[in-house]
Amino acid sequence: METVNDQIASKELHVLAVDDSNIDRKVIEKLLKVSSFKVTVVDSGSRALEYLGLEEDNNNSTHFDDLKVNMIITDYSMPGMTGFELLKKIKNSSTLKEIPVVIMSSENILTRIDRCLEEGAEDYLLKPVKLSDVKRLKDSILKTENKGTNDVETELENNNSRKRKRSDDRLPVLPSTLSCHKNVSMSPPASPQQAAPKLC
Amino acid sequence: MEQNHTKRQIKVTRNSLFEQGYLDEQFSQLEDLQDEANPNFVKEIVTLFFSDSTRLIRNVENALESYPLDFCKLDDYMHQFMGSSSSIGAKKVKNECTQFQECCKAMNADGCIRAFQRVKQEHAVLKRKLEAYFQVSL
Repeated sequence: METVNDQIASKELHVLAVDDSNIDRKVIEKLLKVSSFKVTVVDSGSRALEYLGLEEDNNNSTHFDDLKVNMIITDYSMPGMTGFELLKKIKNSSTLKEIPVVIMSSENILTRIDRCLEEGAEDYLLKPVKLSDVKRLKDSILKTENKGTNDVETELENNNSRKRKRSDDRLPVLPSTLSCHKNVSMSPPASPQQAAPKLC
Repeated sequence: MEQNHTKRQIKVTRNSLFEQGYLDEQFSQLEDLQDEANPNFVKEIVTLFFSDSTRLIRNVENALESYPLDFCKLDDYMHQFMGSSSSIGAKKVKNECTQFQECCKAMNADGCIRAFQRVKQEHAVLKRKLEAYFQVSL
């Protein structure tokens, strides 16, 4: 049975990518493969949950190890289940909550970004996603995986409250690690476009 | 000699597409992702874009014929269109989609119709230019 250390040693990090757009699926798959990830791509949140074994009782631990997903990257705006809803379902699952979830969106809306982070998203990437974004994600996931095998006690403590806030003590790190904040000023949005009420 | 001339032509065509604002940095990101394992990656993505967008254009045309206009649905279609335009670096098409979305948000029916004409126009121009660039029919 392949252990986590074996996975890290072979750098075969497995990413599950979720996007309803076939073009974006092709692009994100390529970005991930070029960055040496193993990739599985699905076109909806419900298919993602199916794949992750959340829909049915998946007690076959060997099977789960073969599928072991190191990161989930999902589009925000999808018909049916949004990326945000998928994020919530994953973070509320005892078996899946440890998996880092990254949100992708073409929309630079601060309240949306905050909501995703508060719900436990690892990062929020503005589309179109760049190779540099993916490489940065890889570094941070590798760090987390290494930390996980060396420092289980600290992880257990941190895991009790996974919810992150923009104003918590991690804030000084955020501007440099969150790609979406590179293009956005930290002051409240002045642009009418951002404040425009949604029609539907 | 002829091969060098063709290569030069391709380079000139490509540069003008960027200089004239038809394509943006995202297109070169896609080119960077292309490799020996996937030598037709960009062409494949662009082909996918034009088959998708042709379908979306048809959907929008149908939606524009209904009365009263369903601005929500139109906005949705344009969001998809804008998303895929952005993903391939189709700068002018993307900008026209944004204009269309503004008209949807303002529930401006005439504005939507006019904006959609411009979307179709830019879409057709880009298709022609990329066909010439890839020297295949998309």
